[in-house]
Amino acid sequence: MTFVPTPLRDIAKVVRSKNAGPFEITLDIIFKSKEDYEAVKRSGVITRELVSELYNVPTQAIITFGFFDLVNAVKITLPRPRPQGGIGETDMHAAQQHVPLQEIRVPWPAP
Amino acid sequence: MVASNDEIRILTPSGMLGYGFPLDHFRLGLAQKPHAITIDSGSTDSGPQKLGLGEMTCSREAYMKDLEVLLEAQREAGIPLLISSAGGDGTNLHVDAFRNMIAEISRKRGWRFKLAKIYADIDKKHVVRELQAGRVEPLGPVPPLDPREVEAATVIVAQMGAEPFLKALAAEDVDVVVSGRAYDPAPTAAMAIRAGFDPALAWHMGKIMECGALCAEPVGRNVIGYLRHDHFEIEPLNPAERCTTASVAAHTLYEKTHPFLLAGPGGTLDLSNCTYEQVTDRRVRVSGSRFDPGTRYTVKLEGARTAGWRSIFIAGARDPIFIGQIDSTLDRVIAGAREYFSEVPQSSYRIIPHIYGKNGVMGDLEPVKTPAHELCIIVEVAAATQALATAICGKVRTSLMHSPYPGRIATAGNIASPFTPLEIPLGQACEFNVYHLMTVDDPTTLFPVRYEEIS
Repeated sequence: MTFVPTPLRDIAKVVRSKNAGPFEITLDIIFKSKEDYEAVKRSGVITRELVSELYNVPTQAIITFGFFDLVNAVKITLPRPRPQGGIGETDMHAAQQHVPLQEIRVPWPAP
Repeated sequence: MVASNDEIRILTPSGMLGYGFPLDHFRLGLAQKPHAITIDSGSTDSGPQKLGLGEMTCSREAYMKDLEVLLEAQREAGIPLLISSAGGDGTNLHVDAFRNMIAEISRKRGWRFKLAKIYADIDKKHVVRELQAGRVEPLGPVPPLDPREVEAATVIVAQMGAEPFLKALAAEDVDVVVSGRAYDPAPTAAMAIRAGFDPALAWHMGKIMECGALCAEPVGRNVIGYLRHDHFEIEPLNPAERCTTASVAAHTLYEKTHPFLLAGPGGTLDLSNCTYEQVTDRRVRVSGSRFDPGTRYTVKLEGARTAGWRSIFIAGARDPIFIGQIDSTLDRVIAGAREYFSEVPQSSYRIIPHIYGKNGVMGDLEPVKTPAHELCIIVEVAAATQALATAICGKVRTSLMHSPYPGRIATAGNIASPFTPLEIPLGQACEFNVYHLMTVDDPTTLFPVRYEEIS
C-alpha cells in the first residue's frame, strides 16, 4: 500500500475551534472511525510540540492536550491571545482558529 | 407532577432562551409528560459587553415570544418551568427584566404564577474581603484578581449550583423559577437531585441538555431526558434528528476545556468511565458518570469593565502595488497619526488594523503569508472618549487614503470606502476582568431567593 501525506481536513469528521470561557480556546479533531483515529494516533504526527509551533504557544502553557479513545478525538485547549471580546478581538467565538489543524498532513493510504 | 420513584423526565426546548424553537417538537416533548421544563439563557460567548454595559443576549421581543410559549406550557402541564442566567449575564437587573416580561405576559393573558427569583449579583466588598482572606483564585489562564479590578467591574455575578434551585423549589407550588447567573446544567440537575436521583447522572444529563439537541445528528433544539437510578436516556424531539452513541459522547467535547473532567460549582463531573448504548435508532443510554465533590465548594465569579470608546473605519484595497506594501504603509500612517495627536498620552489610546485577505482572522498565527488580490482593511481605534476615537480614526483613514508609497501610480486615492459614516462610532468597549473561583462555606447564602405572586 502506498502512503501519501494527506491533510486532516480530508481524514477527520470534525476539525473545529471554539472559545471555552472568555480566556481559553479549545480545538477538537473528531474522527469518522476508531480505525482512522488509531491510525492518526499511531502516526505520531500530532504532538504538543506541533501544537506549540502552529499556535505560537509554549508547550508548558497548553492547558489540555490528549488523544481521547472513548470519543475517537484529539482535544487541545490553549490560552487565548487576549480575553474574549476585548479591544483588538478578531474572532469572538474563536470559531475560525482551527485551520492550521486542518492542514496537518498525516501519512495515509493513497486513494 | 412529582417524579415517580424510578424515572424523572425533563424537557429542554432549546439551548438558549430567545433563539426560538420548533413548537411541534416541543409539543411532542410535552406529550411525554415531563416533570419539568428547563431552559438556559446564559452565556459569556458573545462577549463582555453584557456584563459591562447591562445588555441582554437577545432582544426583548425574542424573549417575550419564547416566554409566552413556555408559560402556557407550564400552566397546561402543571410542571415547574426553570429559567437560568436571565438575559445572558444573569445579573439582578436581568432577573428583574425577566420578571417584568413574565408579569406583562400574565397580565395580557390573565394568568397567575408563583414565581421564585434567585439573584446572583455579588457585593464587591464581599469579593474583596474573600480575596484578602485568600479564598479567591484565578480560573485558568487569568491573572490573580486585583482589588482595583473588582472596583472597576460594572457588576460581579457568581455561577450558582443546584442548591439555590433546591432551596427555591422547597416552597410550595412554585410554578416558575427565574435565576441569575447559574452553571448551565443546574436547573436540570436540581430537579433530578430533588427527586432523589444520583447527582452524577443528574449533572451529566444536565450538561448535555443545557445545549438543547446539540447532542443530536443533525443538531437541533428540543430534547428530552429520562433519568433513572443507574442511567439516563436522551432523545431529540425532532423525528428527523438522532442521538447516537458517537454524537452524545462527543458532545461533551464541545466548548469545554477537557473532554471528561467538567468542573462546576460544588465539584467535578468525571465522564471517563461512561458507557454509551444505542437504545433505539434515535435514543442513547448513558451510565457510569461520576461526581467528585472535592474538598471545598467553589463558585465562579464573572465580571467585566468598560475599556474606553471605539470607532472603526472599513476600507477596501485592490491595487496590487498598494497591497504589496500594506504593512509598511499602515505603520507609517499610524505613526503619523500618533504624531499628529501628540498632545494625547500615547498609552491612552490604541490603533489596531485588521487586514482581511491577509491575516484578519488569525493575526500572527496565519500560516498563509501571501495576501489575496483584494483586502478589507478595518482600523479599530479605542480611546478615552467617542469623539477622540472617531477623530483618531478619521486621521488614520484620510492619511491611508492619500499616503504616497513607493511605486504609486494610482495618485487619486489608495482605498475604496463602502459606507458612510466613513468613521463608525461603536460605543463603549468592554473587557472581561473577573473570571475567578471563590470558595464558599454555604452554596446558597450568596444567592437570595425571593417569591412573588404574579397575576
